[in-house]
Amino acid sequence: MKALIPDFVLNAWLSVWGMLPPLMQYLVETTFWIMVVMITVILSVAFTTYFERKVIGAMQGRIGPNRVGPLGLGQPFADVIKLLVKEVIVPTKSNRFLFIIAPLLTLIPALATWAVIPLTDTFVIANIDAGLLYVLSLTSVGVYGVILAGWASNSKYALLGAMRSAAQIVAYEIAMGFALVGVLMAAGSLNLGVITEAQSGGFLNWFLLPLLPLFFVYLISGVAETNRAPFDVAEGESEIVAGFHVEYSGVAFALFFLGEYANIILISALTSIFFLGGYNSFFEGWTFLGEGHFLREPALLWLIIKICFFIFVFFWLRATFPRYRYDQIMRLGWKVFIPVTIVWIVVEGVMSWMKVGPWA
Amino acid sequence: MLFHAILFYVFAAVLVGAALGVIFARNPVHAVMFLVLAFFQSAMLWLLIEAEFLAIVLVLVYVGAVMVLFLFVVMMLDINIERGGQGYTRYWQLGLAIAGLMVFELIQIIMARGSAAGAGNDFSVLAEGYSNTKALGAVLYTEHVYAFEIAAVILLLAIISAITLTMRKRPGLKQQDISAQVAVKASDRIRIVKMASEGKETES
Amino acid sequence: MSKLQSYIKTFTMWELWQGLSVTLRNMFKPAVTVHYPEEKAPQSPRFRGLHALRRYPNGEERCIACKLCEAVCPALAITIESDVGDDGTRRTTLYDIDLFKCIYCGFCEEACPVDAIVETRIHEYHMEEPGENIMTKDKLLAIGDKYDAMISADKAADAKYR
Repeated sequence: MKALIPDFVLNAWLSVWGMLPPLMQYLVETTFWIMVVMITVILSVAFTTYFERKVIGAMQGRIGPNRVGPLGLGQPFADVIKLLVKEVIVPTKSNRFLFIIAPLLTLIPALATWAVIPLTDTFVIANIDAGLLYVLSLTSVGVYGVILAGWASNSKYALLGAMRSAAQIVAYEIAMGFALVGVLMAAGSLNLGVITEAQSGGFLNWFLLPLLPLFFVYLISGVAETNRAPFDVAEGESEIVAGFHVEYSGVAFALFFLGEYANIILISALTSIFFLGGYNSFFEGWTFLGEGHFLREPALLWLIIKICFFIFVFFWLRATFPRYRYDQIMRLGWKVFIPVTIVWIVVEGVMSWMKVGPWA
Repeated sequence: MLFHAILFYVFAAVLVGAALGVIFARNPVHAVMFLVLAFFQSAMLWLLIEAEFLAIVLVLVYVGAVMVLFLFVVMMLDINIERGGQGYTRYWQLGLAIAGLMVFELIQIIMARGSAAGAGNDFSVLAEGYSNTKALGAVLYTEHVYAFEIAAVILLLAIISAITLTMRKRPGLKQQDISAQVAVKASDRIRIVKMASEGKETES
Repeated sequence: MSKLQSYIKTFTMWELWQGLSVTLRNMFKPAVTVHYPEEKAPQSPRFRGLHALRRYPNGEERCIACKLCEAVCPALAITIESDVGDDGTRRTTLYDIDLFKCIYCGFCEEACPVDAIVETRIHEYHMEEPGENIMTKDKLLAIGDKYDAMISADKAADAKYR
């Protein structure tokens, strides 16, 4: 650090920094970290699209993008540039203001949720006690973008897509919320940092095993929340062209795209935090490695590995399953997932009363 | 404190503006969106007094679920936007009376709060480690547990009655039984019959 | 028993796991992609691509303006006008093929009594300006001259099946 920055620059910076009022220091510091996390998420969105095309290509016996740059790694940037230089067409008779802000309404909640996600055991932008509720409320706000996009486009396909998506997201939010009730019963806190800490101590202490049904319910509801295949009736290329974003082009479409993939990364991160111990190491319980071995320490790397795995699962599901029919989606959400979660919450109550599993 | 005050006035101004927007917006979808904005701003105000549980639940329940369904209904209605603003003056006496009543009540509450001992006009600063959620839960599940459970039962009743009112089984309606469909096996549908072949051997 | 089995299958999502395993296994199989501009899929000598008009080895046009191809063309892509040439034979003065109309069925080639109009194996061509889609007689003859070796080889390879 000292070698990189000359002493007088560092001293000048520190003196200026010291002169700022504490509130200002707090604002500057928080804004800096928000920028760091946001830019990282947006860059990972770019490579998530590349990852998706490669994974699905491989599963279908194809190669995927391999033309732009080495191994096709420039492809996401080529896509972004293409979308940026394209014209944004606002349909006549559409509602111009709502049409323009709808993509932002899908993107902003997906990025804002990262504020409460504990990235390492020491670093989280906002360590708030009601973190889990904050996550739930922001994911539920994300549906506005889809609905408004569908309505403001003044197009039948878009409206149909928006209606499907709204009903689907509202239905699956309940199952998702119930699954998280199980998590907070196990952890005894709404703070995501505390939830992660409650799972420290190795693989067997993760909530994955005691809450296995809730894990599957949460993961599948997450896929449904993000409108990804096999729950992508909101887009449904074969029936309603592209659903809610059929009228969008250029930058506006790029924002929708960004929001969708940011949501995928977010749901993957949340699943790893709630059920797979977040930043905790896989090998924490391996005492034979010795005390303080680097493989046993909690680190950002473990969280990233888990997130990548769940992103892979998203694409794996997309490559495997055909699209659900709309009434089947509703049946799965209301008649299967909600009863399963309620039953498991009761089971958990019994388990905590009998002091077994994580309550021992 | 100054920073808090600035934030309070900004949020309050936007809240009042959004509330006026709900009334005066010509387009019903715009009105719903103004209502969403108003909910957000009141959640912000609650956050300022460190009632984070209530604030987030307001967003979760009202913005995330109730208003979505509202929007859903409003989008489906074919409302004539031109005629939307004409009914304002029809019930002005009633409206004025209700508004007056509400203002009176608000003044009462503010007066009562102002005279009570210890109620500062400051933004509350709670002790470190104080959890709103925990405090609320502790009160709900001990002191008010009967009221809480009764409210839950009433809501359940409302759900069940809404379903029974709207669900009607039309006679002759063909419905799928998905579990039966999934459980079906080839032997349920096809009977394979063994027959002697009709070749020359059977004739002779 | 089978009812219990089906319940267990439903709740363990057995069939979904089977499907997922298929895609996972396929992920590790090599891709079958042909890297198109560098690698090309094999082509039959009967491939029906861009048209060409052929000449006899002595340089004389084969086409005798019989208009059988114009008559047989299902897409009405061929237009022919004819006149008596300098040497007293019947020759075409206009032989246009509209590539936008053409469906590459190969009927013109089948109909031709003198093997004048043929479809070559050329399939990588493009048009940049309006009007370039009309293949005139000159253009067709030029293609025939340029790819004469290829066309003759293809016709020879296919001759025994005719």
